[in-house]
Amino acid sequence: MSKINNYNKLSIRIDDGLAMEACGKQVAEAIVSSKLPGAQIHLMGELGAGKTTFARGFIQAMGYDGHVKSPTYTLIEPYETPYVMIYHLDLYRLSNPEELEFLAYRDLCQENSICLIEWPEQGGKMLCTADITINIVFIGDKREVGMTSVSSVGDRLLQRL
Amino acid sequence: MRVLGLETSCDETGIALYDTDNGLLAERLYSQVSLHSEFGGVVPELASRDHIRKTLPLIRQTLNEARLSIDQIDGVAYTAGPGLIGALLVGAGIGRSLAWSLGIPAVAVHHMEGHLLAPMLEAVQPTFPFVALLVSGGHTLLVYVEKVGHYQILGESVDDAVGEAFDKTAKLLGLPYPGGPELSQLAKSGRQGIYRFPRPMVNRPGLDFSYSGLKTFAMNTVKKLGDSIDAQARADIAYAFQEAAVDSLVIKCKRALKQTGLTSLVVAGGVSANDCLRGELKKLCDKMSVELYFPKLEYCTDNGAMIAYAGSLRLMDGHIEEAVIEAKPRWPLDTLS
Repeated sequence: MSKINNYNKLSIRIDDGLAMEACGKQVAEAIVSSKLPGAQIHLMGELGAGKTTFARGFIQAMGYDGHVKSPTYTLIEPYETPYVMIYHLDLYRLSNPEELEFLAYRDLCQENSICLIEWPEQGGKMLCTADITINIVFIGDKREVGMTSVSSVGDRLLQRL
Repeated sequence: MRVLGLETSCDETGIALYDTDNGLLAERLYSQVSLHSEFGGVVPELASRDHIRKTLPLIRQTLNEARLSIDQIDGVAYTAGPGLIGALLVGAGIGRSLAWSLGIPAVAVHHMEGHLLAPMLEAVQPTFPFVALLVSGGHTLLVYVEKVGHYQILGESVDDAVGEAFDKTAKLLGLPYPGGPELSQLAKSGRQGIYRFPRPMVNRPGLDFSYSGLKTFAMNTVKKLGDSIDAQARADIAYAFQEAAVDSLVIKCKRALKQTGLTSLVVAGGVSANDCLRGELKKLCDKMSVELYFPKLEYCTDNGAMIAYAGSLRLMDGHIEEAVIEAKPRWPLDTLS
C-alpha cells in the first residue's frame, strides 16, 4: 500500500480484496478515533471495483460480526453497531432520485449515523452532501482508492488517515 | 376463509385473494398498464416502490376480479419483513387499518416464508419436510423446511446473490441491466473449456455461497481482453460464468440433500427459470432419486398470492396478533414458529 496525502486528498494503492477491506477498516477506525458522531461517505467506482468490499471492511471494523451482503437488491441495509448506526445504500437500481423518498432516506441522513452510499450519482440533488467521497479506479487488476474531503468533518477524518 | 394478501416489501406491489376452500380467487401484480382505468385513462408514470399509490387501486381490481366486495373478506395478511422499511410500512399500515375498520383479523407474514410455501399453491405439491433452494436477484438461500413455521437456514450467500451476479456480469458483457436471462441466452453460443471460472466456496465445508468473486473474475477477464473482445469471446465468458455459477449451486444442493437425508428439493426464485440450472439439477436429482419441484415462475418472484396463502395458514390456526402497525426490516427466518 502506498499513500499520497495532500491536505484534503488521499490516494491509496490496493492489491486485492483483503487490502480493500483493510482500507475500509482504516477509515472506520479514523472515524472512531476522531470521535465523529457520524459521516456521509459516497463510494464511487465501476461495477466490480470493490465498493461493497470496502464497505464490508468498514462495517465489520465498527463491530458488526455478521455477513455484510450486497445492498444492490435491497437498496438499503441497516447495521446496528456498538459505535453508531450504519446505513449501507446502493442506488444503482434507482430510476429516479425521488424514489429516495419511498426509502425513507431523509430519516436516515442524520448527524449521528453513518451513510455509506454506493452509486451516489443516481441520487442527484436528493442526496445529503458528502463529507468524504471515495473513488475507486482500476489500475490493471489492482485498484487505486482516491479519497477527497468535502467538509470540515471530512477534513478531520483525512487528517487521521 | 377468504384472506387478502399484500406484498410491498421491495420493488413489486402484489395483491391476492386466497380462499382456504377454493384456492386462489384473484391476484394482481402492479404493471404500468393495469392501472390505466383506475386513473381514468391517463397513464401516470408511477415510480417503482411507489406502493402508496398502487396498493388501493390494486386491492379494488383484485376484489372486482373475484366478484367480491371488501366486506366479504375474513382476514388480511401483509408482508411485515424483511425488506425496505418505507415499503413495508405501506403494506403494514394499509393491511392493519383495513382489518381494523372491517373488524377482521390481520397477520404479519415473513416474506421468505411466503416464498418457501409458494409451491403449496400448485396442483402437485411437495410433502414436508423438504430442502428448498431460493435463488433470485436478492436471495441465495438453502433452507430445511420441516413444516409450516419451522425453517432452518442451511446456507446462504455471504455477499452477492446469484441472480445479482448474473445481472452484473451481463452488464460487464455489454448487455442491458438487469440482463441475467440475456446472459443465459448468450451463453448458448459460448464454447466449453475456453475460460475456466473459479467455483467459490466449494472446497470448504458448509453450505454458504459467495458470488462477488465470480463477478470480479468476469470483470478482470473482460478487462484483460480489452478492445480485442468480440462476440464469440463474450459468449465464451458468459458460458464459463454460467457454468461456474450453476455448478456451485448444484454442488451445494447435493451436499444439503446428503446432509439432511431428505428426498424432495424445491427450487424457487427468478433464477430457477435458468435452463442450465434446471437441466443440471434434474441430472443430480435423478441420480440421487430425489423429487424435484419447480413452482410456476409467477409464484417464484415476489407476489401477493404467497403472502395471502401463508397468512391464511396462520389465521386458520387461530393466530391472533395485537393491532399494531409494525415492520421488521431485519427478521431472521429461523425465529418463526
